Parts: sequence; structure tokens; C-alpha cells
Amino acid sequence: MDASTKKNLQKIACNVRMGVIEGTYNAKSGHPGGSLSISDTLTYLYFNKMNVDPANPDDTGRDRLVLSKGHTAPALYSVLAQKGYFSADELKSLRHIGAMLQGHPCIHIPGVDMSSGSLGQGISAACGMALAGKLDGSSYKVYTILGDGEIEEGQVWEAAMFAAHYKLTNLVAIVDNNGLQIDGAITEVCSPEPITDKFAAFGWHVITMDAHDFDDIDRAFTEAESVTDKPVAIIQKSVKGKGVSFMENQVSWHGTAPNREQYDQAMAELNAQLKELEG
Amino acid sequence: MADVIKKATRESYGEALRDLADEYKNLVVLDADLAAATKTGIFKKACPERFFDCGIAEANMMGVAAGLAACGKIPFASTFAMFAAGRAYEIVRNSIGYPHLNVKIGATHAGISVGEDGATHQCNEDIALMRTIPGMTIINPCDDVEAKAAVKAALDFNGPVYMRFGRLAVPVINDSETYKFELGKGVVLREGTDVTIVATGLMVNEAVEAAKTLEADGISAQVVNIHTIKPLDKELIAQCAEKTGLIVTAEEHSVIGGLGSAVAETVTEMYPVPVVKIGVNDEYGHSGPAVDLLKEFGLSAENIVKTVKESMNLKK
Repeated sequence: MDASTKKNLQKIACNVRMGVIEGTYNAKSGHPGGSLSISDTLTYLYFNKMNVDPANPDDTGRDRLVLSKGHTAPALYSVLAQKGYFSADELKSLRHIGAMLQGHPCIHIPGVDMSSGSLGQGISAACGMALAGKLDGSSYKVYTILGDGEIEEGQVWEAAMFAAHYKLTNLVAIVDNNGLQIDGAITEVCSPEPITDKFAAFGWHVITMDAHDFDDIDRAFTEAESVTDKPVAIIQKSVKGKGVSFMENQVSWHGTAPNREQYDQAMAELNAQLKELEG
Repeated sequence: MADVIKKATRESYGEALRDLADEYKNLVVLDADLAAATKTGIFKKACPERFFDCGIAEANMMGVAAGLAACGKIPFASTFAMFAAGRAYEIVRNSIGYPHLNVKIGATHAGISVGEDGATHQCNEDIALMRTIPGMTIINPCDDVEAKAAVKAALDFNGPVYMRFGRLAVPVINDSETYKFELGKGVVLREGTDVTIVATGLMVNEAVEAAKTLEADGISAQVVNIHTIKPLDKELIAQCAEKTGLIVTAEEHSVIGGLGSAVAETVTEMYPVPVVKIGVNDEYGHSGPAVDLLKEFGLSAENIVKTVKESMNLKK
């Protein structure tokens, strides 16, 4: 990836993160931690990988993304707003009565390919979309992002079995391995480890990646495209709360919104990061 | 009676899918390792490239169906009612119902007439569960002719549909030449003035037989077949309440949350008269031949006759 592309993605990701803070602050609820850990990956997908057009969100040939870890909707909404599906002002009414942006992704929101949020279900829908693509001989790709806590759901492994059996080579599942879930560290709650071995045993091609390094993200998704016989699982090593110092690696920021003071500090930090990138 | 043709509606389901495959190119069929029992194997044989076995994994099957529908396919997700409505309830609710996707659920082996397999597989709660999902259409056909017409109607309708089929061979009471299926419309099979028997599924034939007996005993019973339990034909139910002043419902399902409940809710709101429910009385079934179980649990013409007679004094 060339330096200017990388810098551009870093800037967009910074703006995406500010949208996450804006949304959860105004909602007075929501899930900033896991939203911030997937912000770089979503930015890369929507601005450097996926074949999507905000002017034609229902194009049947488009790539699709199912946010299986639907509670991190603020990141998805923020990247969709950056991409131009709707105004970034919508983030200010996230979760409000009468607002377009629901607490979890809803298929009726422009750019959202599937309603999700009840954990374990999005990957199944992504399998169905990938299967439909195969049936139609269409070349679109389907991406789905899961939490590392989410994969404790049994349905995920039903889907993993299905995807490998039907050779859904147009499917890429990304596991956001930030190591934390609501009740604590994933290894202490009810460990889903070893994650890479599990997906490999289920017949997937497994790639690990640094979720906050665009060069490595690019390497991982490029490798994913070269796989022709299996579905691909990308296990991304990420930092929950990435980009906001006091949120990083803190399980308490899984589902807590910033107050005014915390909002100001988070925005100041992200603005400083953006300024540095622009400087 | 010797020439009465009997056929299980699950068989009709499999045959209808096969017969409609050519006309509906977007039709795909999913099953969860029960293709021989749900009869989707009939479709699989004719159209293997559009049949996908999901293995014993009903939750994923419902999600896969949702994804297929989101990409323009019309998936028929097929398994036993217990697993379709029971095990996979929350996936049906959140991945199919909430996004209002065009998924058809083919739920076979509904009710107590599963027979020998016993209580774990006798689903008497599916209609109640599915009724609570906003936007879900529920069809419970009474015979082969109606079941086939229901599958076609579900295909022509855009939105989630739960279809309920049985394991037991039941009499074919409709004429395939003249039968017309109208989604959401009840069918008056017999006019009467003293009581209305509102039945669904295999209890429709029992209701017709009961009405004949009641007539001989001097009671004029109107018989209504409700194949579409949701949306319910409320106007017709209210008209029956007004006309006959007493309603007896009959279904192979729990008396909690099914047809009887739906009818009672409507009658209470639109034209209050007594509603007496025949169904499985808040209990589990057990193993035994289907025909014997139906009798034991009161799902018979004899019990309809008895219940109607006992209920006549409830009329105001």
C-alpha cells in the first residue's frame, strides 16, 4: 500500500472514530470499545476494498458486509456516513426516538446489508448471501465481522461448518480479537481459544492480522483474495477502545457511553491524531 | 367411506415444491437432515442444484435462509415444527421477522399426530410462538389440495410465511378442480345457525363430520375453515359470532396461543359471545399411534359434538 493511500485511510479512520464518540455520547449509551477496535478494518473495507456505491445501495452485484457483532453499529454507521450513504449528523440522533439509526443495525438503513445484533446470527446470513452469489454466478464478496466473545455462540460453528461444506470462497469472516467481552477477558469468561485452530479445524483458511496497521490489513485481505478453495477467516488482533487513551483495553468501555468530560477528552485526542496526520 | 383418499400434507409440501420449481427460478429449498421426513427429498430429486442440506443445525439454516432472501432468493427452510418454531425461534424473530425477509418456513410433523416419537417431537406450541412475531403470516392447511395451494400462495406473497404440515395421512376434502386459496380468508364450509365450529388443519374434517352428527341431533352448526391463522379473517369470525352466538374452536395445538386464542381475542373485541376451545389442554403428549392419540386428546369429531352440546347452554 502506498504512503498516501495509507495516510488517507488513517485520516478517514480517525473521522470514523470521532463519529463513534459523537454517536455514543449523544445516545448516552452504546458500545464504543468494540466500535473503536473495528474502525480501521471497516475503513479499509469501505474505502479500499469493497465494491459499493452509496448512490446505488441496492445494486445486486455489490459486495456485502454483515456486522455480526451488531452492538458495534456506531462504527458501521460512522463509516457509512463517511462514505456518503447518509449525513454524519444522523449520528447525533443515534438511538433516539424516531431516529433512523437504531441501537443495532437495521436492514432498512441505507448501506446496511442485514439486521443484526443478536450475537451469532450475522454469520449465518452472510453464508446465505454468499450461497446466493454462488448460485447466481455473481462475483460479489461477502464480509462479516464477529466478536471474539460472540464466537461462544454455538450458531457460529453451525455456520462455520456450513460455509466450509459448501465451499463459500466468496465469504470472509473477520473475528475481532480484542480479548474482552462484557463480563471480562474472553479467556476468563468461557474461553473460545484457540480461535485460529478452531476455524482451521472447521475447514477455513485462517489469516491473522494486526487490526490497526493498514499495511498488515492490506496484506491479510490480499491473501484472502488468493484463496480459492475455502472460506477465509481473518483473526484480527485488536485493541478494544483503540484511539482513545482512557478507553484502550478497558472492559468497562464495552457498553458505556462517554460523559461530557470524557467526550471532550476523546475528541481532543482524536483531533490531535488527525492534525498530526494532516500536518 | 372406502373411497376417501388420504394423504399427509408434508407429502403435498414436497410435491408442490417440485411442481413449482420450473416456474419459480428463485425458489431454493433448505433442510436440516430431515429431507426424507419433511418430503423436501421430492424436490431434491427433481432439482438437486437448488437443494441445500444444512445438517442438524436449524439455527444456522434459518439465518442462511435470511441471507438468501436478502439476495433475492425465495428459500423454503424446512424441518419439524418443533425445531423450526421452537429451537430456531429467536433466529426466525430477529433474522427473518425483524428485517421482514421473504423466507418461507415449511414446518412439518406439527402437533400430536407425530405419534410414536412422543412428546419431544409433538409440537403443540408453534402457532402460539409464530403469532407473536410481527409481520409473520401463518398458514395451517387442512388437506393435500389446500397445502399445495398454500405453497403457491406463499411463493406469490412477499414476506415471511410459516407453513404448518402434518405427518399423518388425512382425508382429502377439497376438490382440486374447483379449489381457490385466498390468503387471509376463512372458508365457510357449511352454513348453520346455532353454533360456529371454527377449525384449522386436520380438525377441519373432524368439524365437518361433527356438524353432520349435530344436524341429526337437531343442532345447526356452521363450519369455518381457517387456513390462514395470521392475519386472521376477523370480519368472518365476527359475522359468525353475531349469527350463531356461540363459537367452538378446534385445533391440533395447545389451547394457549393458537387458533382458539386468536378467535377469542377477535370475538372479545368485535362481538363478544362465548368461545369454547378444543385443543391440547396445556399438557405434553406421549407416544402412541397418531389416530389413538388424537382421540385420547379430544381431537375428534366425537369430542366436538360433545363439546358443542355441553356448550349450548352458554348462549345468551
